[in-house]
Amino acid sequence: MSRLEVVKTGKLWIGGKWPRSESGATFPVTNPEGEVVARCASASRKDSRDAVEAARSGLGKWRDSTAMLRGQVMYRAAEMLEGRAAELTEALQFGGAGAAAARQEVDASIDRMVMLAGWCDKIHQVLGCQNSVAGPYHCFTIPQPCGVVVAFSPAEPALLSLVTLVGAAMSIGNSVVAVAPPQAGLAAVLLGEVLAVSDVPAGAVNILTGNQKDLVEPLGGHREVAVVVSGGLSKASRVAVRMAAADGIRRVHAVPWTGSAWEDDEETCSPWFLEQFVEFKTLWHPAAS
Amino acid sequence: MTQTEGAVAAAGWDYSPAPERTRPDIESEYGLFIDGEFRKSRSGKVFDTINPATGERLARIAQADEADVDAAMAAARSAGPKWARMKGRERGKYLFRLARRIQECSRELAVLETMDGGKPIKESRDVDLPLVAQHFFYHAGWADKLQWAFAGRPVRPRGVCGQIIPWNFPLLMAAWKLAPALACGNTVVLKPAETTPLTALHLARLMQEIDLPPGVVNIVTGFGETGRLVATHSAVRKVAFTGSTGVGRTLMQETAGREIPLTLELGGKSPNIVFADAAIDQAIEGVVGGIWFNQGHVCCAGSRLFVEESILETFVSALRDRMKQLRVGDPLDKNTDIGAINSEGQLERIRSLVRTGQEEGAILHDVQAEPLPKKGCWFPPCFFTGVQPSHTVAREEIFGPVLSVMSFRTPEEAIRRANATPYGLAAGIWTDKGSKIFEIASRMDAGIVWCNSYNQFDAAAPFGGVKESGFGREGGLHGLRAYVR
Repeated sequence: MSRLEVVKTGKLWIGGKWPRSESGATFPVTNPEGEVVARCASASRKDSRDAVEAARSGLGKWRDSTAMLRGQVMYRAAEMLEGRAAELTEALQFGGAGAAAARQEVDASIDRMVMLAGWCDKIHQVLGCQNSVAGPYHCFTIPQPCGVVVAFSPAEPALLSLVTLVGAAMSIGNSVVAVAPPQAGLAAVLLGEVLAVSDVPAGAVNILTGNQKDLVEPLGGHREVAVVVSGGLSKASRVAVRMAAADGIRRVHAVPWTGSAWEDDEETCSPWFLEQFVEFKTLWHPAAS
Repeated sequence: MTQTEGAVAAAGWDYSPAPERTRPDIESEYGLFIDGEFRKSRSGKVFDTINPATGERLARIAQADEADVDAAMAAARSAGPKWARMKGRERGKYLFRLARRIQECSRELAVLETMDGGKPIKESRDVDLPLVAQHFFYHAGWADKLQWAFAGRPVRPRGVCGQIIPWNFPLLMAAWKLAPALACGNTVVLKPAETTPLTALHLARLMQEIDLPPGVVNIVTGFGETGRLVATHSAVRKVAFTGSTGVGRTLMQETAGREIPLTLELGGKSPNIVFADAAIDQAIEGVVGGIWFNQGHVCCAGSRLFVEESILETFVSALRDRMKQLRVGDPLDKNTDIGAINSEGQLERIRSLVRTGQEEGAILHDVQAEPLPKKGCWFPPCFFTGVQPSHTVAREEIFGPVLSVMSFRTPEEAIRRANATPYGLAAGIWTDKGSKIFEIASRMDAGIVWCNSYNQFDAAAPFGGVKESGFGREGGLHGLRAYVR
């Protein structure tokens, strides 16, 4: 006798909790044959504002952790990803990837997390400096986190792009609101489940799934958001983000990579990519009494 | 003040006039600087540039419209490839030459800056011009070292840069914009502010003298519309703007979809925090320099003063005494501390905000020691006490010699209130306790933190803000970033 399968409905991850969408709306996740294999919550504008508030409250604890600890937490996330590799591979296959390609993307995502984890306590030495000013002052410029980062990830590579954007923002000490499109929904939910058991403080990372276009304006124009990074938005949506962000002079970056470009470790783990998640602070102090 | 000095002041002794006598050679009319030469605007339109200390016209300036901006862009574009290909060492030598000529002409340029903008000669001579020359010297040396500037990344120039600068530090802002752009191999179309175009145009003369290749720098003068044409021109590959947050917002929208880098250095309402354990005399000087330097026409002015409650009364009293010593008047007098307000428009804005401050219930402290000149734009230094965080003078950028004084009880409160502003340009912290200074400096929402100091600037020190004070850095290694790809 055949058993009736229990179909999972993926939820949003906001402030360390797992709410369903405030609207109750979901979207189906189908396999290449068109069968519904799962459902995911479709984030509303209200959910996106809740996520920003959660990210704002979660920021302090993550930012003020030592860089060493942040690196450890991110490495723990890589360990947990490895443990759920089979499930992640299956999720990517629902999106249409072949078994080998899906597994390859999962492996690349785990390695990406490890590489980004290692930046936590090194990036300051690469991007910061001492300034030899023409006067009796100690003057130095230090990288600091921007604050709340909103990251729109592309449909593919669903997991690798999301890990790259979230991991890069995390490594600097930012808190994150990631928004994955429906095609990447299941991978995004699984990443949230991984991070939830990796000692990431509540609210330091928040993951939403749903229609990105609807969330461009409320997230781009939110005054608690410091940076918006788009990894897969259409040109029209990128313009809409910038128009919304202009009101509060928020930083807007568009990641130029598509498809296999996300696999390039040199580019994606470069300090010049991470720099987009950094604010520089220049400090002066008299050197003579 | 010692007793002796008090006695001297009481006896009514005062400084004798000490006018700066150097006079720059000002022409009656200036053209646009395009492709290495000065030319009239296509439309023939001109506007006046006024000495705000006398109300007199200094010169007529060509007003650039679309055809002129097109011509400047074409010149910048055609000069680009050769300038970009030139060996860094050679490009650097042009900048070194320019830096040297600026030093040689620095007195004339300082006087010109003071006449066109109203700032005291003491400041244009001792602050603006040395920094202008330093910016060119500093960046000249980068031109041959760019391959080592960014770890693992070979860099190339971006192309034509559209740069729009304000009226508060006209020549210095031109230097901040031009020097890194040129060192990195870009060419430029620069738009100076309409009230202060003269020093940029005299800089163009020096560029001719040092044989800078035509088209590498082009200067188009005019009003906001000219700036908009520069920023939105299809030839531009990088836009840099220093000015108000309002205009920055518009530029961010108008350049949406272009996907070229934009850097914005905008307004501020920067906090200056004085703890009871600070060296009080030094803190007073820092607060004075923080708000009354350049008539308060400073984006990073320390316009919100937070004093620890236990010393509030003595600090305010010392500040009032110190404010009385400031000499307001002829900007060309070497003893003048506070010169002329840059324009009628700015004067009216300051007056209106100060009126609002009084109407909302803050207490105005001002001095009117000497009668101000009858002609020209003047506003004596002043400060408000009894300021509530909700008051307009505690929230809005005044861009004038007006300070808002508030108090706090704990470091936490100081941090919270200092950060409670949409701006985030600079912050000052005064305390002799090292651990406190590091803790507070790291928690300031600001791009620059001056510890036991204020308003220090250097070509090697990255400058720029967070939040609504803009993004991107100017100066130092970090300032090169936006000019390379």
